Amino acid sequence: MAAAEFDIPEIKDYIEVPKLREGAMAHAKTFLAPKPVQDFMGYPHELADDWKESALEKMGDLLGKYRSLKVFLDACVHCGACTDKCHYYLGTSDPKNMPVARQDLMRQVYRRYFTTAGKLFPKLVGAKDLTKDVLNDWYNYYHQCSECRRCSVFCPYGIDTAEITMAGREILNHIGMGQKYSNEILGKVQKIGNNLGLPGPALLDTLEGLEEDIEADTGVAVKLPIDVKGAEVLLVTPSADFFSEPHVESLIGYAKVFHAAGTSWTLSTHASEAGNFGLFNGNYETMRKVAMRIRDAALELGVKRIVVGECGHAWRVAYSFWNTLTGIGYGADDPFSIELQKQLDPNYPQPQHICELTNDLIKSGKIKVDPSKNDDLIVTYHDSCNVARASRMGTEPGGQFIIPRELIKSVVNNFHNMADDTIYESTFCCGGGGGLLTDDLMEVRVKGALPRATALNNVVKEHQVNFMATICAICKAQFTKVLPKYGFDMSMVGGVHQLVAKAIILD
Amino acid sequence: MSTLTIIYAGLFYIATLLLVVGLAYKIFDYSRTPAPLKIPTTPAPVTQTGVVYRMAKEVVLFESLFKSSKWTWIFGWLFHFGLLLVLARHLRYFTEPVWFWVNIVQPFGKYASIMMVVGLAGLLARRFLVDRVRYISTPSDYLMLVLLIVIGSSGMLMTFVAHTDIVALKTFFMGLMYFDVQPVPQDPILLIHLALVALLMLIFPISKLLHAPGLFFSPTRNQVDNPREHRHVAAWAARLDQKN
Repeated sequence: MAAAEFDIPEIKDYIEVPKLREGAMAHAKTFLAPKPVQDFMGYPHELADDWKESALEKMGDLLGKYRSLKVFLDACVHCGACTDKCHYYLGTSDPKNMPVARQDLMRQVYRRYFTTAGKLFPKLVGAKDLTKDVLNDWYNYYHQCSECRRCSVFCPYGIDTAEITMAGREILNHIGMGQKYSNEILGKVQKIGNNLGLPGPALLDTLEGLEEDIEADTGVAVKLPIDVKGAEVLLVTPSADFFSEPHVESLIGYAKVFHAAGTSWTLSTHASEAGNFGLFNGNYETMRKVAMRIRDAALELGVKRIVVGECGHAWRVAYSFWNTLTGIGYGADDPFSIELQKQLDPNYPQPQHICELTNDLIKSGKIKVDPSKNDDLIVTYHDSCNVARASRMGTEPGGQFIIPRELIKSVVNNFHNMADDTIYESTFCCGGGGGLLTDDLMEVRVKGALPRATALNNVVKEHQVNFMATICAICKAQFTKVLPKYGFDMSMVGGVHQLVAKAIILD
Repeated sequence: MSTLTIIYAGLFYIATLLLVVGLAYKIFDYSRTPAPLKIPTTPAPVTQTGVVYRMAKEVVLFESLFKSSKWTWIFGWLFHFGLLLVLARHLRYFTEPVWFWVNIVQPFGKYASIMMVVGLAGLLARRFLVDRVRYISTPSDYLMLVLLIVIGSSGMLMTFVAHTDIVALKTFFMGLMYFDVQPVPQDPILLIHLALVALLMLIFPISKLLHAPGLFFSPTRNQVDNPREHRHVAAWAARLDQKN
């Protein structure tokens, strides 16, 4: 099927807030998940006669389980603070891509069926019946949100549209409107162990090939061990790191770091995926099931530490949710948590981000680097949304901004930040996060990347930046595909550990 | 007792009851609904004290709004702090003897009404003038601002132009508080002012005015960033652990 034609937005000198163009993205509809995919997930694959009752029942269920949803649907005053904050609105000018309007798609239904004012005076308070049209809007626009949380930074009540999008997708799944892309991936990770669906033997083969490449390249026998019982560290990384460019360059970087530090480590076939698309669908139990594979692998292999590779949403799930979901972490006294805690080394944070680990090793002099090896590069850094706004590194708030930059600056000599309002907590999503990294949403992805492309273009012009480092598998895949549409070379995107890999000194 | 007095006394008893019961129910409902996952918008404080400081900045300075839109922030802040001073000033109609700090606030409260109405007018203008804000505005969004503007300006009219019988008004409200109903002063401006205030109280617990209690329950703002150090599990989620 040929991709739909659309115009690539023009990069301006600064990020413009466009005038509204109603319905500009109403046609963008991601593929529905077919029967086998929905069957595996335990969801229906088409609307039943009672879809409406079923949707409202699910909504009531979620309202009782998630304080975020209940408070966020009540608290919005339509102040408009968020209206110019979403990269999808900035890139598409479709008003339903303004965070508040995206929330209102659900809020109008919430008001109609769950609030006194909406039951009595629907017109007055903008309450609407749940109709097929509303449902289609939900499907289209809850799949034009990357759950990046930029709006939540700017909302005076901290309303996070990601929470509404997740609830929307959960309800849609529940009544038979699942998204093909995310649900297929959730099937693969649960059946095979990773999002790409790479079986164990293929993985072993790849790792052996990489070992040969590294040795040919450096003369040093750097290993990529897998399923090694008794290793100190279990590295859990997005499966894209095994097969995709430029992701694999970072995997080589992790391996070199462990080698140089003399730390025994292992990957796992059972937990060969850090990513967790359960987050995107807002289903707690799915997210828990996917995350549980890592706990199982850690117990099975008897590791003392769990380290996570470069992946944005995976780090959110790992940092913020693993302790809750799987007991990977500290501070609990229930038997479920203690079983794992007694095995883990309390001298390290659990889980630990690979950037925390490498940065500590470089600062303490345990590994040596030569930044001049990267002198051909002028580097900038793209803060990935889930790392920036939904997690931390180190012990201080904001460590998620400082540590990757410290690490980059220790392995390169030329570094420039992009504009302040496009980095740190205000960072713009790459445009492909949250389950949108699929070809059937290419128009959304390209247009959503406009703010980041604009900021990048400015540092390219001003400082001749020729490399944008990032620590997210989705960002890497999205940028290498989408930035060329804006005239950038795809090779200017890569991982932080790709830079480490070049600068590290191996003995 | 005049019919008018009975109507106004009844109105304020009902409005107060619904405001208190409605808000208490909402707060109870928010507090019993679990937040199963750690979702603070980061960078977030790593201690409970830090969270109190973050919330204080949100409540007093509207920090997040300041980051997002300076115009909305200026108008919003003028309105809310004008309103706070005006409300403080109004305490003198409900206390005998009047608390000393209310007397101190009194002259400021008088002019704060200007802040309040200017802020509201600015917010209303944004609803008409900014295309994005116009798109998201419902009739109730406009009416809420109009309601507050009419309450504010009718109050200002009585303060600065056509003074009402304050002593009689105080007698009426003190009477309500001690269940000894006294006649309501028959000043049309005052009666409009009071009726609209009662209306505002009535709709508070069923409208977007819930942003006031809501802010304190917002998990993205009130959670401590410590998920690696402390296991956070909701009751319904903890049951899943037992199935393993």
